[in-house]
Amino acid sequence: MSNVVSALGQVAFDGFAKVREIGPVGMISLRAKSDLPGLAAAILAAVGLGVPGQRQIEIAGDKAAGWMSPDEYLLLLPYAETNAALAAIAEALAGQHHLAVTLSDARAVFRVEGAKADQVLAKLSPVDFATLGPKELRRTRAAQVAAAFWKDGDGYTVVCFRSVAGYMMGLLSHSATKGSEVY
Amino acid sequence: MSTRLSKGGRLIDRSAPQEFSFNGKRLRGLSGDTLAAALLANDQMLLGRSFKYHRPRGLVAAGPEEPNAIVGLGRDGRFEPNQRVTTTELFDGLEAASQNHWPSLEFDVGVINNTLARFLPGGFYYKTFMWPRAAWKHVFEPIIRRSAGLGKAPTARDADRYEYTYSFCDVLVIGGGIAGLQAALVAGASGARVMLLEQSAHWGGRAPVDGEVIEGQPADVWINSTVQALAAMDNVTMRLRTMGAGVYDHGYVLAEEKISDTTPGDGRPKHRLWRIRASQIITATGAIERPLSFAGNDIPGVMLAGSVRDYVVNYAVSPGDRTVVVTNNDDAYRTAIALKQAGLAVPCIVDARASVTGDLPAKARAMGIRIEAGRAIAKVKGGKRVSGVSLCVQAGEGAVLEEISCDAVAMSGGWSPVVHLWSHCGGKLIWDKTHAHFRPDAARPPTGADGLAMVVPVGNANGAMTAADVLVDAAKGGQAAAMAAGFTVEAVAAVADAVSEADMEAVWIMPQGAGPALKAKMWLDYQNDVKVSDVQLAAREGYSSVEHTKRYTTLGMATDQGKLSNINGLAVLADALHEEIPQVGTTTFRPPYAPVTLGALAGESRGDIFQPLRKTPMHAWHEKNHAYFEPVGLWRRPYTFPRPGENHEQSVHREVLNTRSNLGLLDASTLGKIIVKGPDAGKFLDMLYTGVMSTLPVGKCRYGLMCTEQGFLSDDGVVARIDADTWLCHTTSGGADRIHAWMEDWLQCEWWDWQVYTANVTEQLAQIAVVGPNARKLLEKMGGMDVSKETLPFMQWADGTLGGFPVRIYRISFSGELSYEVAVPASMGLAFWEALHTAGAEFGAMGYGTEALHIMRAEKGFIMIGDETDGTIIPQDLNLGWAISKKKADFLGKRGQERNFLASPDRWKLAGFETLDGSVIQDGAYIPSAGKNANGQGNTQGRVTSTYHSPTLKRGIAMGLIKGGMDRLGDVVEFTTITGGVVKAKVVDPVFYDKDGEKQNV
Repeated sequence: MSNVVSALGQVAFDGFAKVREIGPVGMISLRAKSDLPGLAAAILAAVGLGVPGQRQIEIAGDKAAGWMSPDEYLLLLPYAETNAALAAIAEALAGQHHLAVTLSDARAVFRVEGAKADQVLAKLSPVDFATLGPKELRRTRAAQVAAAFWKDGDGYTVVCFRSVAGYMMGLLSHSATKGSEVY
Repeated sequence: MSTRLSKGGRLIDRSAPQEFSFNGKRLRGLSGDTLAAALLANDQMLLGRSFKYHRPRGLVAAGPEEPNAIVGLGRDGRFEPNQRVTTTELFDGLEAASQNHWPSLEFDVGVINNTLARFLPGGFYYKTFMWPRAAWKHVFEPIIRRSAGLGKAPTARDADRYEYTYSFCDVLVIGGGIAGLQAALVAGASGARVMLLEQSAHWGGRAPVDGEVIEGQPADVWINSTVQALAAMDNVTMRLRTMGAGVYDHGYVLAEEKISDTTPGDGRPKHRLWRIRASQIITATGAIERPLSFAGNDIPGVMLAGSVRDYVVNYAVSPGDRTVVVTNNDDAYRTAIALKQAGLAVPCIVDARASVTGDLPAKARAMGIRIEAGRAIAKVKGGKRVSGVSLCVQAGEGAVLEEISCDAVAMSGGWSPVVHLWSHCGGKLIWDKTHAHFRPDAARPPTGADGLAMVVPVGNANGAMTAADVLVDAAKGGQAAAMAAGFTVEAVAAVADAVSEADMEAVWIMPQGAGPALKAKMWLDYQNDVKVSDVQLAAREGYSSVEHTKRYTTLGMATDQGKLSNINGLAVLADALHEEIPQVGTTTFRPPYAPVTLGALAGESRGDIFQPLRKTPMHAWHEKNHAYFEPVGLWRRPYTFPRPGENHEQSVHREVLNTRSNLGLLDASTLGKIIVKGPDAGKFLDMLYTGVMSTLPVGKCRYGLMCTEQGFLSDDGVVARIDADTWLCHTTSGGADRIHAWMEDWLQCEWWDWQVYTANVTEQLAQIAVVGPNARKLLEKMGGMDVSKETLPFMQWADGTLGGFPVRIYRISFSGELSYEVAVPASMGLAFWEALHTAGAEFGAMGYGTEALHIMRAEKGFIMIGDETDGTIIPQDLNLGWAISKKKADFLGKRGQERNFLASPDRWKLAGFETLDGSVIQDGAYIPSAGKNANGQGNTQGRVTSTYHSPTLKRGIAMGLIKGGMDRLGDVVEFTTITGGVVKAKVVDPVFYDKDGEKQNV
């Protein structure tokens, strides 16, 4: 896997919050209705977590399961483990209408960390951080591109499409520049 | 003259002098000054020239309503035109320059004297537009362009940074005067999330200047304790220097925060644009004083009475040694009292009212100030500065009774509530006869999604005109907003001492019987030079609507947007039309309340992050190899890879010839890739594509077309059958997101019961086209898969490992050559691309760009979405009938294509074209035909859609649409050229190269 590189080679920026690109992260898009028999078993087998509730993300270590839409889930796991997870899903949902596909490479993943990390994102996304739940996966936009983020530890994990990783890094760096703290 | 007083000034710090320059002249001010105050302190009253007549202009106001004193600030990358000195905070090193004059502010040759002014009456622009026609272009426009205009556009790149921030609250209070503070205090006590914005650098507004007493103490004391109380509340956010600019639907508010205006280059953003969603909005925006319309009211030195008071009390600056106060209300007496208390002379208070009672006039009288009731100013004397006034009877026509020498005039025509933000989203106004102003009509508020009021006006902005009333009204408003947002609280108001004020009297013209000569010198709009006589002329010429009059006369259309002139102007119009003021109504209030700098509106969107540029995994390699990029949607794709000494045409031709004779490598990662899976996926694709996809065997590929419901060709691409219920659909590079959305639209809204899921995997995969006679040799050398003709024939795909990379290979060709498209995970795209170049070197491997791709597909007669199609083209027009199933009962576009216009045999159809002289037909060329159409335009019978020089065939080739299509084979037609000539071309088969497809099928 020595040929595997993230979109930006794990570039970082130090402002009033720390920004770093952390890919590649394993990701599987699982499309299935929430009442599909075997869904819970499939997610459990793939990432060891329960089915996330509406707008929620379940996190345990380097694995997570997020709710993306009424019939779409995002599974996160180590990059090298996606094929095994896909096989587990296929087994658990054999004969059931679903679609599971690896999208690790279609995405870029960032961490925004620090006490004021929310201010970096509040400049880019129309999100009310005061009401953002502790386990909420927020699908939104960052300036002009689609984005999703959730709080994890002392910061936020931000996901966007790989092709606009450079744009996202530019946005996050601009917003995190020292001296532009909002509060 | 105007000067700094030796004592006083509540906002200045005398121990902190600041140096600044005006028109290159070095001047000194004090920390805490506005630029306006510092200029006045230096006796710089003349600050600009008016727009039309270039009349000398001085300070009129002390806030954002200032129409005259606008300057250019800073230089180079920090130059800003049209900045109001009244809202500019002074800082050490500030540079300001006046505008709209030549050669100098003091001596302007553009001054239109009063004789010439009659050639520039109201409606001048419209009249000269109309007649004589040639005069506009050759006479008026050049003159106006030279003489009119205010600030110059900056020429250097903006050196500062800007940003947005999104914010949310239950109650947003706009305005930090005593009304806003009181409303915020009540709303904050309810526990609601409250945001309080103040446009200036100080809390409290003008209550301290007006000498109000709150809770038995000077207003400053109550303001400070309230600010502290609010700051201590966790649920309250306060921002100074943040102007609420606009109120929009559903409680959305834009506000502009000034951050580093006074500390340029300190690394902080210059401005921040707040985008706020509030449940409830409280507008505590105060009121603006109105000028009085008397002759010469535009001469520098004539100022608003409240503003004169601001300069004296806040900045210890006196606008003049001898100030005549002219008024129709009691409030202006505060100015006379303040001037007197500061040791300055007030020769006379000219009061238009016949009888003067009330506490304030009594106090002024007691101080020995002369009061002339029932009097008016007949005329102000002076040129660049007031030298005196002549008095007359307000009820008369202007016969001079007396002349008084003075160097400033403080005027007050009453106060108009700032109703802008209330009105932006539909709040209506009512006319208040007592105060002669429009104020918010509580019965007709702007409403939110629930149909209920979303804006609560309080204080002066709501027509409560005394401090005591303001606080009660603001507390009630704070309570109402909090309750509407779902909170409960008591409306506890601070108590201000009541000062009894007598009613004002509406005075729109002074004196009321003034004749034409005086009215032609009564300015309504100072910046745009609109006078009482102009509005009356417009009324005589039939402009009865206030909106039409505004545009005809340009009243209120300057950078101050008529903050001072609108009410006076429409009162004059109402009088001229013999109507009541409410019947005439106001013009529309639109955001922003005051100008917002474009940088703040652009926010972070500039430079590298002006817009998202999509980059493939190989983008860095392309850059390193000198790719010349072209935009494809938001993607940047290499157009060609020029080598030293090559122009683009030469490098494109090299890439084409090398691919046809050796080996070309194309970054095709941008190609859309959508997985469609489910028991109903076959049925779904049969509806989406014009052909049949459900019967495609696993392992095979098929070319397909998608149409809109109207039948027009929308997208094309190769579909691969992956397994029993999974297909992979390739779309055009620009079509990936659109087609994915199109699929989801049908699945979610129309065929919601079909069992189909889609996933857009475009960015998951890097895709590389390996093209040319040596393509197989390269893949064989990479090793790991059998890519022979037998195992992997044309239009099939296979999964495997190639040179250690997990790949899927599609045997498809868009060039007519032996071609494989290889997909690898995007994270390995660059490594794989580099491996192909290394291994392919011995086979002549060379990257090629989109232009070579285009030429090669044109040589093969392959259509390109966006070239051969433009939204009006159906597949049949492009001879693609073979890709349309005749057997299927239905597909998207089928019924559309059956409509008689689309089914007509007269439609232009695709054919190839070869010029007789071998030249290249010009892009966009038409094929004319005889005669003219109903509009007198030449008839046409076709047009070119793709045209190139073919390096393979060494001549021009083209595809195009022509009436008759392939039935015209052999005909010679003429294409237009841009210079008006024609070029002859023969109609030929559009497949110019390898018609039998032998090369791609080896």
